[in-house]
Amino acid sequence: MLPENLRGLDVTGVGAVAAAVEAFDADAITAGKFDRNELTLEIAPPKIVSVCGFLKYDQSFVRLSTVTGVDRYPAEPRFEVVYHLHSIERNQRLRLKCRLPGADPVIESVTSVWRSANWYERETFDLFGIRFINHPNLRRIMMPEDWDGHPLRKDYPITGSRI
Amino acid sequence: MPVELENEAQPQQEQARRRSMVLNMGPQHPSTHGVLRLLMELDGEIIVKCQPDIGYLHTGIEKEFEVKPYQQAVTLTDRVDYLAPLSNNLGYCLAVEKLLGLEIPPQAQWMRVMLTEFTRLNSHLVWLATHAIDIGAMSVFLYCFREREEILRIFEMFSGQRMMTSYFRIGGLALEPPRGWNQRVKKFIDVFPSRVDEYENLLTNNPIWIGRTQGIGVISLEDMLDLGVTGPMLRAAGLKIDARKSEPYTSYEKFDFEVPTRTENDVYSRYLVRVEEMRQSARIIRQAMDGMPPGPWKADSPHVVLPDREKMKTQMEALIYHFKIVTEGFRVPEGEVFQVIESPRGELGYYVVSDGTKMAYRVHMRTPSFGNLQATPRMVEGTLIADVIAGIGSMDFVLGDTDR
Repeated sequence: MLPENLRGLDVTGVGAVAAAVEAFDADAITAGKFDRNELTLEIAPPKIVSVCGFLKYDQSFVRLSTVTGVDRYPAEPRFEVVYHLHSIERNQRLRLKCRLPGADPVIESVTSVWRSANWYERETFDLFGIRFINHPNLRRIMMPEDWDGHPLRKDYPITGSRI
Repeated sequence: MPVELENEAQPQQEQARRRSMVLNMGPQHPSTHGVLRLLMELDGEIIVKCQPDIGYLHTGIEKEFEVKPYQQAVTLTDRVDYLAPLSNNLGYCLAVEKLLGLEIPPQAQWMRVMLTEFTRLNSHLVWLATHAIDIGAMSVFLYCFREREEILRIFEMFSGQRMMTSYFRIGGLALEPPRGWNQRVKKFIDVFPSRVDEYENLLTNNPIWIGRTQGIGVISLEDMLDLGVTGPMLRAAGLKIDARKSEPYTSYEKFDFEVPTRTENDVYSRYLVRVEEMRQSARIIRQAMDGMPPGPWKADSPHVVLPDREKMKTQMEALIYHFKIVTEGFRVPEGEVFQVIESPRGELGYYVVSDGTKMAYRVHMRTPSFGNLQATPRMVEGTLIADVIAGIGSMDFVLGDTDR
Protein backbone atom coordinates (compact mmCIF):
# COMPACT_ATOMS: atom_id res chain seq x y z
CA MET A 1 0.00 0.00 0.00
CA LEU A 2 1.12 3.50 -0.75
CA PRO A 3 1.92 5.26 2.53
CA GLU A 4 -0.40 8.11 3.51
CA ASN A 5 2.31 10.78 3.28
CA LEU A 6 2.82 10.05 -0.43
CA ARG A 7 -0.84 10.23 -1.44
CA GLY A 8 -1.13 13.95 -2.04
CA LEU A 9 1.96 14.25 -4.26
CA ASP A 10 1.80 16.04 -7.57
CA VAL A 11 0.75 13.37 -10.07
CA THR A 12 2.56 14.98 -12.98
CA GLY A 13 5.91 14.82 -11.18
CA VAL A 14 7.50 12.05 -9.16
CA GLY A 15 4.14 11.33 -7.53
CA ALA A 16 3.14 9.56 -10.74
CA VAL A 17 5.97 7.06 -10.23
CA ALA A 18 4.84 6.19 -6.73
CA ALA A 19 1.28 5.71 -7.95
CA ALA A 20 2.45 3.59 -10.90
CA VAL A 21 4.50 1.30 -8.67
CA GLU A 22 1.52 0.89 -6.40
CA ALA A 23 -0.70 0.03 -9.35
CA PHE A 24 1.90 -2.49 -10.55
CA ASP A 25 2.22 -4.29 -7.23
CA ALA A 26 0.20 -3.12 -4.24
CA ASP A 27 2.41 -4.94 -1.73
CA ALA A 28 5.75 -3.71 -3.01
CA ILE A 29 5.95 -0.33 -1.27
CA THR A 30 6.32 -0.61 2.48
CA ALA A 31 7.08 3.03 3.25
CA GLY A 32 8.30 6.15 1.57
CA LYS A 33 8.93 9.83 1.88
CA PHE A 34 9.20 12.96 -0.20
CA ASP A 35 11.84 15.14 1.35
CA ARG A 36 13.90 18.02 -0.06
CA ASN A 37 12.43 17.33 -3.49
CA GLU A 38 13.65 13.74 -3.53
CA LEU A 39 11.36 10.74 -3.55
CA THR A 40 12.33 7.65 -1.59
CA LEU A 41 10.34 4.45 -1.86
CA GLU A 42 10.99 1.58 0.49
CA ILE A 43 10.51 -1.68 -1.31
CA ALA A 44 9.92 -5.09 0.24
CA PRO A 45 13.21 -6.94 -0.46
CA PRO A 46 11.68 -9.97 -2.27
CA LYS A 47 10.04 -7.57 -4.77
CA ILE A 48 13.10 -5.57 -5.74
CA VAL A 49 13.85 -7.23 -9.09
CA SER A 50 10.28 -7.10 -10.37
CA VAL A 51 9.87 -3.47 -9.28
CA CYS A 52 13.18 -2.49 -10.90
CA GLY A 53 12.20 -4.25 -14.11
CA PHE A 54 8.88 -2.40 -14.12
CA LEU A 55 10.58 0.94 -13.49
CA LYS A 56 13.12 0.38 -16.25
CA TYR A 57 10.86 -0.94 -19.00
CA ASP A 58 7.54 0.77 -18.21
CA GLN A 59 8.58 3.96 -16.43
CA SER A 60 11.69 4.81 -18.51
CA PHE A 61 14.22 4.66 -15.65
CA VAL A 62 16.86 3.43 -18.06
CA ARG A 63 19.81 4.34 -15.87
CA LEU A 64 20.85 2.89 -12.57
CA SER A 65 23.00 5.62 -11.13
CA THR A 66 24.40 3.80 -8.14
CA VAL A 67 23.79 1.09 -5.56
CA THR A 68 25.14 1.41 -2.07
CA GLY A 69 24.45 0.46 1.52
CA VAL A 70 23.86 2.12 4.87
CA ASP A 71 24.54 0.39 8.16
CA ARG A 72 22.09 1.31 10.97
CA TYR A 73 23.92 -0.72 13.61
CA PRO A 74 22.78 -1.51 16.30
CA ALA A 75 19.20 -0.93 15.09
CA GLU A 76 17.26 -3.70 13.35
CA PRO A 77 16.73 -4.20 10.45
CA ARG A 78 20.35 -3.27 10.30
CA PHE A 79 21.16 -2.71 6.64
CA GLU A 80 19.67 -0.54 3.96
CA VAL A 81 20.46 -1.17 0.31
CA VAL A 82 19.95 2.09 -1.58
CA TYR A 83 19.38 2.29 -5.34
CA HIS A 84 19.45 5.59 -7.20
CA LEU A 85 17.57 5.52 -10.49
CA HIS A 86 17.57 8.12 -13.22
CA SER A 87 15.13 8.67 -16.05
CA ILE A 88 16.59 10.79 -18.81
CA GLU A 89 13.26 11.04 -20.63
CA ARG A 90 11.35 12.38 -17.63
CA ASN A 91 14.38 14.10 -16.11
CA GLN A 92 13.64 12.54 -12.76
CA ARG A 93 15.52 10.72 -10.08
CA LEU A 94 14.19 8.13 -7.71
CA ARG A 95 15.63 6.43 -4.67
CA LEU A 96 14.67 2.87 -3.75
CA LYS A 97 15.52 1.40 -0.43
CA CYS A 98 15.41 -2.14 0.95
CA ARG A 99 15.90 -2.94 4.60
CA LEU A 100 17.74 -6.16 5.45
CA PRO A 101 18.32 -7.92 8.78
CA GLY A 102 21.78 -7.83 10.34
CA ALA A 103 22.05 -11.59 10.85
CA ASP A 104 21.94 -12.64 7.21
CA PRO A 105 21.69 -9.73 4.77
CA VAL A 106 20.73 -11.26 1.44
CA ILE A 107 18.91 -9.70 -1.49
CA GLU A 108 18.46 -10.61 -5.11
CA SER A 109 20.79 -8.92 -7.55
CA VAL A 110 19.40 -6.45 -10.09
CA THR A 111 22.15 -7.19 -12.63
CA SER A 112 19.49 -8.89 -14.77
CA VAL A 113 17.81 -5.48 -15.13
CA TRP A 114 20.83 -3.17 -15.41
CA ARG A 115 24.27 -4.56 -16.13
CA SER A 116 25.81 -1.56 -14.35
CA ALA A 117 24.63 -3.05 -11.05
CA ASN A 118 27.46 -5.58 -11.36
CA TRP A 119 30.27 -3.49 -9.89
CA TYR A 120 28.04 -1.48 -7.56
CA GLU A 121 26.73 -4.63 -5.95
CA ARG A 122 30.22 -6.06 -5.73
CA GLU A 123 31.29 -2.91 -3.93
CA THR A 124 28.33 -3.11 -1.54
CA PHE A 125 29.15 -6.77 -0.90
CA ASP A 126 32.79 -5.95 -0.30
CA LEU A 127 32.30 -3.01 2.05
CA PHE A 128 29.09 -4.05 3.85
CA GLY A 129 28.93 -7.81 3.52
CA ILE A 130 25.50 -7.78 1.91
CA ARG A 131 25.15 -10.80 -0.37
CA PHE A 132 23.43 -10.50 -3.72
CA ILE A 133 22.03 -13.75 -5.01
CA ASN A 134 22.12 -14.48 -8.75
CA HIS A 135 25.02 -12.07 -9.15
CA PRO A 136 27.32 -13.27 -11.96
CA ASN A 137 30.59 -12.53 -10.17
CA LEU A 138 30.21 -11.69 -6.50
CA ARG A 139 33.81 -11.12 -5.41
CA ARG A 140 35.55 -8.37 -3.49
CA ILE A 141 36.36 -5.37 -5.66
CA MET A 142 38.09 -2.78 -3.45
CA MET A 143 39.71 -4.84 -0.72
CA PRO A 144 42.13 -7.75 -1.30
CA GLU A 145 40.55 -11.14 -1.84
CA ASP A 146 41.72 -12.50 1.52
CA TRP A 147 40.57 -9.53 3.61
CA ASP A 148 38.65 -10.14 6.83
CA GLY A 149 35.59 -8.05 7.61
CA HIS A 150 33.64 -5.39 5.79
CA PRO A 151 35.09 -1.90 6.34
CA LEU A 152 32.01 0.28 6.00
CA ARG A 153 30.10 -1.55 8.73
CA LYS A 154 29.69 0.61 11.79
CA ASP A 155 31.25 -2.00 14.07
CA TYR A 156 34.42 -2.08 11.98
CA PRO A 157 37.15 0.07 13.61
CA ILE A 158 38.22 3.28 11.93
CA THR A 159 41.90 2.82 12.79
CA GLY A 160 43.96 -0.33 12.89
CA SER A 161 45.33 -1.87 16.07
CA ARG A 162 49.01 -1.68 16.92
CA ILE A 163 50.92 -4.91 16.40
CA MET B 1 45.19 -12.72 -6.64
CA PRO B 2 45.61 -15.62 -9.05
CA VAL B 3 45.81 -14.71 -12.70
CA GLU B 4 42.69 -16.50 -13.74
CA LEU B 5 39.69 -15.38 -15.71
CA GLU B 6 36.25 -16.56 -14.75
CA ASN B 7 35.29 -19.43 -16.89
CA GLU B 8 32.04 -18.68 -18.59
CA ALA B 9 33.28 -19.61 -22.05
CA GLN B 10 30.91 -20.23 -24.89
CA PRO B 11 31.37 -23.65 -26.53
CA GLN B 12 32.36 -22.10 -29.87
CA GLN B 13 35.12 -20.16 -28.14
CA GLU B 14 36.73 -23.34 -26.82
CA GLN B 15 38.89 -23.64 -29.90
CA ALA B 16 40.18 -20.11 -29.51
CA ARG B 17 40.65 -20.48 -25.78
CA ARG B 18 43.10 -23.32 -26.17
CA ARG B 19 45.60 -21.26 -28.10
CA SER B 20 45.05 -18.01 -26.27
CA MET B 21 47.37 -16.33 -23.81
CA VAL B 22 46.65 -14.08 -20.84
CA LEU B 23 48.39 -10.74 -20.79
CA ASN B 24 48.53 -8.67 -17.66
CA MET B 25 48.51 -4.93 -18.28
CA GLY B 26 49.15 -2.77 -15.25
CA PRO B 27 48.82 -1.87 -12.46
CA GLN B 28 52.05 0.02 -13.11
CA HIS B 29 51.48 0.58 -16.80
CA PRO B 30 52.05 4.24 -17.70
CA SER B 31 49.04 4.40 -20.02
CA THR B 32 46.56 3.34 -17.39
CA HIS B 33 46.86 6.71 -15.62
CA GLY B 34 47.20 5.33 -12.16
CA VAL B 35 46.87 1.79 -11.05
CA LEU B 36 44.37 0.10 -13.30
CA ARG B 37 45.07 -3.53 -14.02
CA LEU B 38 43.62 -5.18 -17.09
CA LEU B 39 43.73 -8.92 -17.51
CA MET B 40 43.42 -9.63 -21.18
CA GLU B 41 43.05 -12.94 -22.88
CA LEU B 42 44.50 -12.73 -26.36
CA ASP B 43 44.10 -14.74 -29.48
CA GLY B 44 46.96 -13.43 -31.54
CA GLU B 45 46.39 -9.70 -31.44
CA ILE B 46 42.66 -9.91 -30.82
CA ILE B 47 41.32 -9.51 -27.30
CA VAL B 48 38.99 -12.37 -26.50
CA LYS B 49 38.23 -11.38 -22.95
CA CYS B 50 39.13 -8.44 -20.78
CA GLN B 51 38.72 -8.11 -17.08
CA PRO B 52 39.55 -4.88 -15.26
CA ASP B 53 40.86 -5.19 -11.74
CA ILE B 54 40.50 -2.09 -9.59
CA GLY B 55 40.94 -1.26 -5.93
CA TYR B 56 44.68 -0.64 -5.79
CA LEU B 57 44.04 2.98 -4.77
CA HIS B 58 41.25 2.28 -2.29
CA THR B 59 41.83 4.60 0.64
CA GLY B 60 38.58 4.29 2.57
CA ILE B 61 37.55 7.88 2.05
CA GLU B 62 33.87 7.03 2.55
CA LYS B 63 34.70 5.62 5.98
CA GLU B 64 36.78 8.69 6.81
CA PHE B 65 33.77 10.94 6.15
CA GLU B 66 32.00 9.33 9.10
CA VAL B 67 34.54 10.54 11.66
CA LYS B 68 35.20 14.07 10.41
CA PRO B 69 33.01 17.11 11.06
CA TYR B 70 31.22 18.26 7.93
CA GLN B 71 33.46 21.24 7.24
CA GLN B 72 36.71 19.31 7.70
CA ALA B 73 35.54 16.59 5.35
CA VAL B 74 35.71 19.03 2.43
CA THR B 75 39.44 18.34 2.24
CA LEU B 76 38.72 14.66 1.62
CA THR B 77 36.70 15.42 -1.47
CA ASP B 78 39.72 17.04 -3.15
CA ARG B 79 41.55 13.79 -2.94
CA VAL B 80 38.87 11.69 -4.60
CA ASP B 81 39.32 13.00 -8.11
CA TYR B 82 42.65 14.77 -7.90
CA LEU B 83 42.37 16.24 -11.39
CA ALA B 84 39.03 17.89 -10.67
CA PRO B 85 39.19 18.81 -6.98
CA LEU B 86 36.82 21.77 -7.15
CA SER B 87 34.07 19.78 -8.85
CA ASN B 88 34.17 17.37 -5.94
CA ASN B 89 34.19 20.21 -3.41
CA LEU B 90 31.14 21.61 -5.14
CA GLY B 91 29.18 18.36 -5.19
CA TYR B 92 29.78 17.72 -1.51
CA CYS B 93 29.10 21.32 -0.42
CA LEU B 94 25.86 21.45 -2.42
CA ALA B 95 24.68 18.21 -0.84
CA VAL B 96 25.34 19.41 2.70
CA GLU B 97 23.89 22.84 1.94
CA LYS B 98 20.75 21.14 0.68
CA LEU B 99 20.48 19.30 4.00
CA LEU B 100 21.04 22.53 5.90
CA GLY B 101 18.73 24.54 3.66
CA LEU B 102 21.40 27.21 3.20
CA GLU B 103 21.00 30.07 0.76
CA ILE B 104 24.28 30.87 -1.03
CA PRO B 105 24.80 34.51 -2.09
CA PRO B 106 25.12 35.25 -5.82
CA GLN B 107 28.79 36.19 -5.81
CA ALA B 108 29.76 32.88 -4.22
CA GLN B 109 27.63 31.01 -6.73
CA TRP B 110 29.14 32.74 -9.72
CA MET B 111 32.62 32.33 -8.33
CA ARG B 112 31.87 28.63 -7.93
CA VAL B 113 30.70 28.39 -11.52
CA MET B 114 33.82 30.16 -12.78
CA LEU B 115 36.25 28.03 -10.80
CA THR B 116 34.44 24.78 -11.57
CA GLU B 117 34.77 25.58 -15.24
CA PHE B 118 38.47 26.25 -14.71
CA THR B 119 38.60 22.80 -13.15
CA ARG B 120 36.97 21.37 -16.25
CA LEU B 121 39.61 23.06 -18.40
CA ASN B 122 42.33 21.76 -16.11
CA SER B 123 41.01 18.22 -16.26
CA HIS B 124 40.42 18.23 -20.01
CA LEU B 125 43.91 19.64 -20.61
CA VAL B 126 45.53 16.87 -18.61
CA TRP B 127 43.34 14.37 -20.41
CA LEU B 128 44.26 15.71 -23.85
CA ALA B 129 47.95 15.86 -22.98
CA THR B 130 48.19 12.33 -21.65
CA HIS B 131 45.82 10.84 -24.20
CA ALA B 132 47.93 12.31 -27.01
CA ILE B 133 51.13 11.07 -25.41
CA ASP B 134 49.65 7.57 -25.12
CA ILE B 135 48.93 7.55 -28.82
CA GLY B 136 52.34 8.98 -29.66
CA ALA B 137 51.81 12.72 -30.18
CA MET B 138 54.46 13.96 -27.80
CA SER B 139 54.40 17.70 -28.38
CA VAL B 140 50.70 18.22 -27.51
CA PHE B 141 51.62 17.47 -23.93
CA LEU B 142 53.91 20.49 -23.75
CA TYR B 143 51.28 22.86 -25.14
CA CYS B 144 48.54 21.62 -22.84
CA PHE B 145 50.66 21.80 -19.73
CA ARG B 146 51.59 25.39 -20.54
CA GLU B 147 47.96 26.42 -20.10
CA ARG B 148 47.38 24.04 -17.24
CA GLU B 149 50.23 25.66 -15.34
CA GLU B 150 48.54 29.03 -15.69
CA ILE B 151 45.27 27.57 -14.39
CA LEU B 152 47.06 26.09 -11.39
CA ARG B 153 48.55 29.52 -10.70
CA ILE B 154 45.08 31.01 -10.78
CA PHE B 155 43.96 28.38 -8.26
CA GLU B 156 46.95 29.24 -6.13
CA MET B 157 46.06 32.92 -6.26
CA PHE B 158 42.55 32.13 -5.00
CA SER B 159 43.23 29.51 -2.40
CA GLY B 160 46.97 29.32 -1.74
CA GLN B 161 47.05 25.80 -3.17
CA ARG B 162 47.71 24.56 -6.66
CA MET B 163 45.87 21.25 -6.65
CA MET B 164 44.14 20.34 -3.40
CA THR B 165 42.43 23.69 -3.17
CA SER B 166 39.44 22.98 -0.86
CA TYR B 167 38.30 26.45 -1.88
CA PHE B 168 34.57 25.78 -1.73
CA ARG B 169 33.32 25.40 1.81
CA ILE B 170 29.89 24.68 3.18
CA GLY B 171 28.22 28.08 3.05
CA GLY B 172 30.33 29.71 0.35
CA LEU B 173 34.03 30.11 -0.28
CA ALA B 174 37.02 29.53 1.97
CA LEU B 175 38.60 32.96 1.49
CA GLU B 176 37.67 36.29 0.02
CA PRO B 177 38.51 36.39 -3.70
CA PRO B 178 41.94 38.02 -4.02
CA ARG B 179 42.32 41.56 -5.26
CA GLY B 180 42.97 41.79 -8.97
CA TRP B 181 41.70 38.29 -9.76
CA ASN B 182 39.76 39.52 -12.78
CA GLN B 183 42.84 40.88 -14.59
CA ARG B 184 44.54 37.54 -14.17
CA VAL B 185 41.50 35.60 -15.35
CA LYS B 186 40.93 38.02 -18.23
CA LYS B 187 44.52 37.66 -19.39
CA PHE B 188 44.11 33.91 -19.48
CA ILE B 189 40.68 33.78 -21.06
CA ASP B 190 41.62 36.27 -23.79
CA VAL B 191 44.29 33.98 -25.17
CA PHE B 192 42.80 30.60 -24.33
CA PRO B 193 40.58 30.13 -27.43
CA SER B 194 43.61 30.67 -29.65
CA ARG B 195 45.49 28.07 -27.62
CA VAL B 196 42.69 25.57 -28.27
CA ASP B 197 43.16 26.36 -31.96
CA GLU B 198 46.80 25.40 -31.52
CA TYR B 199 45.90 21.98 -30.13
CA GLU B 200 43.44 21.49 -32.91
CA ASN B 201 46.07 22.45 -35.47
CA LEU B 202 48.26 19.70 -34.09
CA LEU B 203 45.62 16.99 -33.98
CA THR B 204 42.26 17.48 -35.66
CA ASN B 205 43.45 17.00 -39.22
CA ASN B 206 46.54 15.02 -38.39
CA PRO B 207 46.38 11.79 -40.44
CA ILE B 208 48.19 9.73 -37.79
CA TRP B 209 45.84 10.97 -35.08
CA ILE B 210 42.82 10.23 -37.25
CA GLY B 211 44.17 6.82 -38.14
CA ARG B 212 44.68 5.92 -34.52
CA THR B 213 41.34 7.22 -33.25
CA GLN B 214 38.65 7.13 -35.92
CA GLY B 215 36.35 4.13 -35.68
CA ILE B 216 38.12 2.91 -32.55
CA GLY B 217 36.51 2.16 -29.20
CA VAL B 218 32.95 2.12 -30.49
CA ILE B 219 30.31 1.00 -28.02
CA SER B 220 26.61 1.40 -28.61
CA LEU B 221 24.56 4.00 -26.76
CA GLU B 222 22.23 1.35 -25.31
CA ASP B 223 25.19 -0.55 -23.90
CA MET B 224 26.64 2.60 -22.41
CA LEU B 225 23.42 3.56 -20.66
CA ASP B 226 23.01 0.04 -19.38
CA LEU B 227 26.60 -0.14 -18.14
CA GLY B 228 26.52 3.17 -16.30
CA VAL B 229 28.66 5.29 -18.61
CA THR B 230 28.14 9.06 -18.31
CA GLY B 231 29.59 12.35 -19.47
CA PRO B 232 31.43 13.14 -22.71
CA MET B 233 31.24 9.52 -23.84
CA LEU B 234 27.45 9.69 -24.00
CA ARG B 235 27.60 13.07 -25.71
CA ALA B 236 29.96 11.66 -28.34
CA ALA B 237 27.28 9.05 -29.04
CA GLY B 238 24.69 11.71 -29.80
CA LEU B 239 22.85 11.89 -26.48
CA LYS B 240 22.55 15.49 -25.33
CA ILE B 241 22.81 14.95 -21.61
CA ASP B 242 24.41 17.34 -19.18
CA ALA B 243 23.42 17.89 -15.56
CA ARG B 244 24.29 21.58 -15.92
CA LYS B 245 21.34 21.89 -18.30
CA SER B 246 18.90 19.22 -17.12
CA GLU B 247 19.30 19.65 -13.36
CA PRO B 248 20.89 23.09 -13.00
CA TYR B 249 22.75 23.84 -9.79
CA THR B 250 24.72 26.90 -8.61
CA SER B 251 22.82 29.14 -11.07
CA TYR B 252 24.09 27.40 -14.22
CA GLU B 253 20.70 28.18 -15.75
CA LYS B 254 21.77 31.83 -15.98
CA PHE B 255 24.70 31.08 -18.27
CA ASP B 256 24.59 30.76 -22.00
CA PHE B 257 26.49 27.75 -23.35
CA GLU B 258 26.05 24.83 -25.69
CA VAL B 259 26.31 21.12 -24.94
CA PRO B 260 28.41 19.74 -27.79
CA THR B 261 27.44 16.37 -29.22
CA ARG B 262 28.72 14.10 -31.99
CA THR B 263 27.24 10.96 -33.44
CA GLU B 264 30.28 8.91 -34.52
CA ASN B 265 30.73 7.43 -31.06
CA ASP B 266 34.44 6.66 -31.42
CA VAL B 267 37.65 7.88 -29.81
CA TYR B 268 37.98 10.69 -32.32
CA SER B 269 34.49 12.08 -31.65
CA ARG B 270 35.14 11.97 -27.90
CA TYR B 271 38.20 14.09 -28.57
CA LEU B 272 36.14 16.58 -30.58
CA VAL B 273 33.46 16.75 -27.90
CA ARG B 274 35.99 17.49 -25.17
CA VAL B 275 37.77 20.12 -27.24
CA GLU B 276 34.46 21.85 -27.88
CA GLU B 277 33.65 21.61 -24.18
CA MET B 278 36.84 23.51 -23.47
CA ARG B 279 35.67 26.32 -25.72
CA GLN B 280 32.27 26.35 -24.02
CA SER B 281 33.88 26.41 -20.59
CA ALA B 282 35.91 29.41 -21.67
CA ARG B 283 32.64 31.09 -22.68
CA ILE B 284 31.13 30.41 -19.27
CA ILE B 285 34.23 31.74 -17.51
CA ARG B 286 34.04 34.94 -19.50
CA GLN B 287 30.34 35.41 -18.68
CA ALA B 288 30.99 34.76 -15.01
CA MET B 289 33.90 37.18 -14.95
CA ASP B 290 32.03 39.96 -16.76
CA GLY B 291 28.82 39.60 -14.80
CA MET B 292 30.21 38.81 -11.36
CA PRO B 293 27.56 40.14 -8.95
CA PRO B 294 28.75 42.18 -5.98
CA GLY B 295 27.95 41.24 -2.44
CA PRO B 296 29.00 38.74 0.18
CA TRP B 297 30.98 35.63 -0.73
CA LYS B 298 29.62 33.46 2.05
CA ALA B 299 26.19 32.73 3.41
CA ASP B 300 24.68 34.68 6.27
CA SER B 301 24.42 31.77 8.66
CA PRO B 302 26.45 32.27 11.83
CA HIS B 303 25.94 28.69 13.02
CA VAL B 304 27.70 27.28 10.00
CA VAL B 305 29.95 29.90 8.45
CA LEU B 306 32.95 31.29 10.33
CA PRO B 307 32.65 35.01 11.13
CA ASP B 308 34.94 37.63 9.61
CA ARG B 309 38.28 38.04 11.35
CA GLU B 310 37.47 41.65 12.08
CA LYS B 311 34.11 40.88 13.68
CA MET B 312 35.64 38.08 15.67
CA LYS B 313 38.10 40.45 17.27
CA THR B 314 35.51 43.06 18.17
CA GLN B 315 32.23 41.27 18.84
CA MET B 316 31.65 38.81 21.65
CA GLU B 317 28.91 36.95 19.79
CA ALA B 318 31.07 36.39 16.73
CA LEU B 319 33.86 35.11 18.94
CA ILE B 320 31.53 32.60 20.57
CA TYR B 321 30.29 31.35 17.20
CA HIS B 322 33.85 31.06 15.97
CA PHE B 323 34.84 29.05 19.03
CA LYS B 324 31.80 26.78 18.73
CA ILE B 325 32.28 26.07 15.04
CA VAL B 326 36.00 25.42 15.33
CA THR B 327 35.84 23.21 18.40
CA GLU B 328 32.52 21.43 17.89
CA GLY B 329 31.53 21.83 14.27
CA PHE B 330 27.88 22.30 13.43
CA ARG B 331 24.90 20.01 13.44
CA VAL B 332 23.10 19.13 10.23
CA PRO B 333 19.38 18.25 10.28
CA GLU B 334 18.43 14.63 9.81
CA GLY B 335 17.76 13.49 6.26
CA GLU B 336 19.37 12.22 3.11
CA VAL B 337 20.12 13.85 -0.23
CA PHE B 338 21.62 12.79 -3.53
CA GLN B 339 23.20 15.77 -5.25
CA VAL B 340 24.31 15.32 -8.83
CA ILE B 341 26.69 17.62 -10.68
CA GLU B 342 28.40 17.37 -14.05
CA SER B 343 32.05 16.73 -13.35
CA PRO B 344 34.54 16.79 -16.28
CA ARG B 345 34.22 13.01 -16.46
CA GLY B 346 30.47 12.67 -16.17
CA GLU B 347 27.83 12.32 -13.52
CA LEU B 348 29.19 12.91 -10.04
CA GLY B 349 26.71 12.24 -7.26
CA TYR B 350 27.08 12.77 -3.54
CA TYR B 351 24.72 10.75 -1.37
CA VAL B 352 24.89 12.21 2.12
CA VAL B 353 22.93 10.73 5.02
CA SER B 354 22.72 12.78 8.19
CA ASP B 355 21.50 11.59 11.58
CA GLY B 356 21.40 15.09 13.05
CA THR B 357 24.91 15.11 14.51
CA LYS B 358 28.02 17.06 13.53
CA MET B 359 29.44 14.23 11.43
CA ALA B 360 27.89 12.61 8.40
CA TYR B 361 26.30 9.23 9.07
CA ARG B 362 27.18 7.99 5.62
CA VAL B 363 28.61 9.57 2.49
CA HIS B 364 28.62 7.69 -0.77
CA MET B 365 30.17 9.08 -3.91
CA ARG B 366 28.75 8.06 -7.25
CA THR B 367 31.91 8.73 -9.20
CA PRO B 368 31.94 8.93 -12.98
CA SER B 369 35.19 6.99 -13.44
CA PHE B 370 33.80 3.93 -11.66
CA GLY B 371 30.78 3.81 -13.92
CA ASN B 372 32.76 4.47 -17.06
CA LEU B 373 35.42 1.85 -16.36
CA GLN B 374 32.80 -0.82 -16.05
CA ALA B 375 32.25 -0.59 -19.80
CA THR B 376 35.90 -1.41 -20.61
CA PRO B 377 35.36 -5.10 -21.45
CA ARG B 378 32.43 -4.23 -23.70
CA MET B 379 34.58 -1.68 -25.52
CA VAL B 380 37.77 -3.62 -26.07
CA GLU B 381 36.64 -7.23 -26.49
CA GLY B 382 36.98 -8.29 -30.08
CA THR B 383 39.33 -5.44 -31.00
CA LEU B 384 43.08 -5.26 -31.46
CA ILE B 385 45.35 -4.96 -28.47
CA ALA B 386 47.00 -1.90 -30.01
CA ASP B 387 43.68 -0.03 -29.72
CA VAL B 388 43.21 -0.69 -26.03
CA ILE B 389 45.26 2.32 -25.00
CA ALA B 390 43.36 4.65 -27.30
CA GLY B 391 40.08 3.19 -26.11
CA ILE B 392 40.64 3.43 -22.38
CA GLY B 393 42.31 6.80 -22.85
CA SER B 394 39.12 8.15 -24.38
CA MET B 395 37.21 7.20 -21.23
CA ASP B 396 39.19 9.73 -19.20
CA PHE B 397 39.11 7.93 -15.88
CA VAL B 398 41.06 8.78 -12.77
CA LEU B 399 41.83 5.87 -10.50
CA GLY B 400 41.48 7.92 -7.33
CA ASP B 401 37.95 8.62 -8.49
CA THR B 402 37.32 4.94 -9.19
CA ASP B 403 38.68 3.39 -6.02
CA ARG B 404 38.02 6.18 -3.51
